[in-house]
Amino acid sequence: MGYALNFNLIWRHFDKLWGGLLLSLELAVISIAIGVVIGLVLAVWYVSAGRIVRAVIAAYVEFIRNVPLILLVYLVFYGLPTVVDLAYSAPTSFVLTLSVYSGAYLVEVFRSGLEAVPRGQLDAGKAIGLTPWQRLIHVRLPTMLRITLPALSNTFISLFKDTSIASVISVPELTFGAQWINFNTFRIVEVYLVTTAMYLVTGYAMLFALRLVERRFRAAR
Amino acid sequence: MSEASNATPALLDVRDVSKAFGAVEVLRSVSLQVKRGEVVTVIGPSGSGKTTLLRCVNFLESYDSGSIRIDGKEVGYREAGTRQRRSERDLAAMRAETGMVFQSFNLFPHLTAAGNIMLGLTKVRKKSEAEARQAAEHWLGRVGLAHKADSLPAELSGGQQQRVGIARAVAMEPKILLLDEITSALDPELVGEVLAVVRSLAEDGMTMLMVTHEMAFARDASSRIVFMADGGVSAVGPPKEILAADTANERLRTFLARFRASHF
Repeated sequence: MGYALNFNLIWRHFDKLWGGLLLSLELAVISIAIGVVIGLVLAVWYVSAGRIVRAVIAAYVEFIRNVPLILLVYLVFYGLPTVVDLAYSAPTSFVLTLSVYSGAYLVEVFRSGLEAVPRGQLDAGKAIGLTPWQRLIHVRLPTMLRITLPALSNTFISLFKDTSIASVISVPELTFGAQWINFNTFRIVEVYLVTTAMYLVTGYAMLFALRLVERRFRAAR
Repeated sequence: MSEASNATPALLDVRDVSKAFGAVEVLRSVSLQVKRGEVVTVIGPSGSGKTTLLRCVNFLESYDSGSIRIDGKEVGYREAGTRQRRSERDLAAMRAETGMVFQSFNLFPHLTAAGNIMLGLTKVRKKSEAEARQAAEHWLGRVGLAHKADSLPAELSGGQQQRVGIARAVAMEPKILLLDEITSALDPELVGEVLAVVRSLAEDGMTMLMVTHEMAFARDASSRIVFMADGGVSAVGPPKEILAADTANERLRTFLARFRASHF
């Protein structure tokens, strides 16, 4: 073995990784937040809408799910500004892309959750005189949330990992920081080991937190 | 049907209601009156339209023709004759006047026993949290569950859940209570506690229309029994008359004979 591990250079540039991780989290949180709004609104609309609206929403979901994220990132960052007169920074462009991307996945999660709410509960809501809007807010959404939390956790963690794609348009998130250190120190094994560990720990921490929330909700079933 | 006398107008007046699911006629020109304070029980073989009839009364199901009035007001449609559905807001207001208890309880799983009762009181009756809580505790006390106010449905037995279901319905102070086979999903040893609650409500003068397979209970608690077969009303009368083994109505006699054979 001619290769001796040496982490010194990694620690010297660790601020690139740490700052990168924080930016990754920021990108994920903002995109997921917007994605949740898109997903919820479209899912609620879908289950109560007619054929045309359903077809349009389904087309959006299918389009996003069948195109690789990296292509969407290129399209939005390089393609869109050349067609329409728009100017945005790389992070903004990526948040826009990931929001629309996560929205499509979350529509599916929320839609299946809404459809899984037992009919009897909706009947009970009707029977006490709740209006459709009240039934949605006080009966359907709370139950849907309980049903979808496990799937939701998986989607959130997936989306967090997807922020690494932002490196292809030079957004200085965690993977980009790792690449920078690699180019400047050639400690390829060390830097990617450390980076992998950082994704792993963060992802696991998210999972743990979400499981806690799930357990709280499950107790309240 | 002289027992639905003209002295007091019926609180619930179902007239010639028909409904089909595709080619299947589930209700054939059903007429039925329930006066204030009366307990009317609907019996009949499964598939005879009992549950559908009950679900039409609070418009959980629509019907194709006929009229259903509560306190003189047409339930699901704007006025008799027109087939124009009421607005969702109107329907919600109408439904708040009827209480319903379901075979499968249908409690809201994310809310406590008290929370289940309070939801309608705060959102529909616009009571304050404190008032609603007080009412919830009162009704939970009535069904013998004062100590379970803060329990979630999952922490309650079937009989307890159903009693919460009853409390949720009556706390809204409905004009009429609809009970849809409310003991059918219960273990036999839990049936009694639920029926005891229904009996005490009947003694308080609550108007009720119920579907049940508990013949002994139907006999003891009902003012009148309606026998349905094939989507139509086949016989109506006081319990003693309807449940008599030697009734002249052949379908009823067959039903009762089969029923006795399978239950005793």
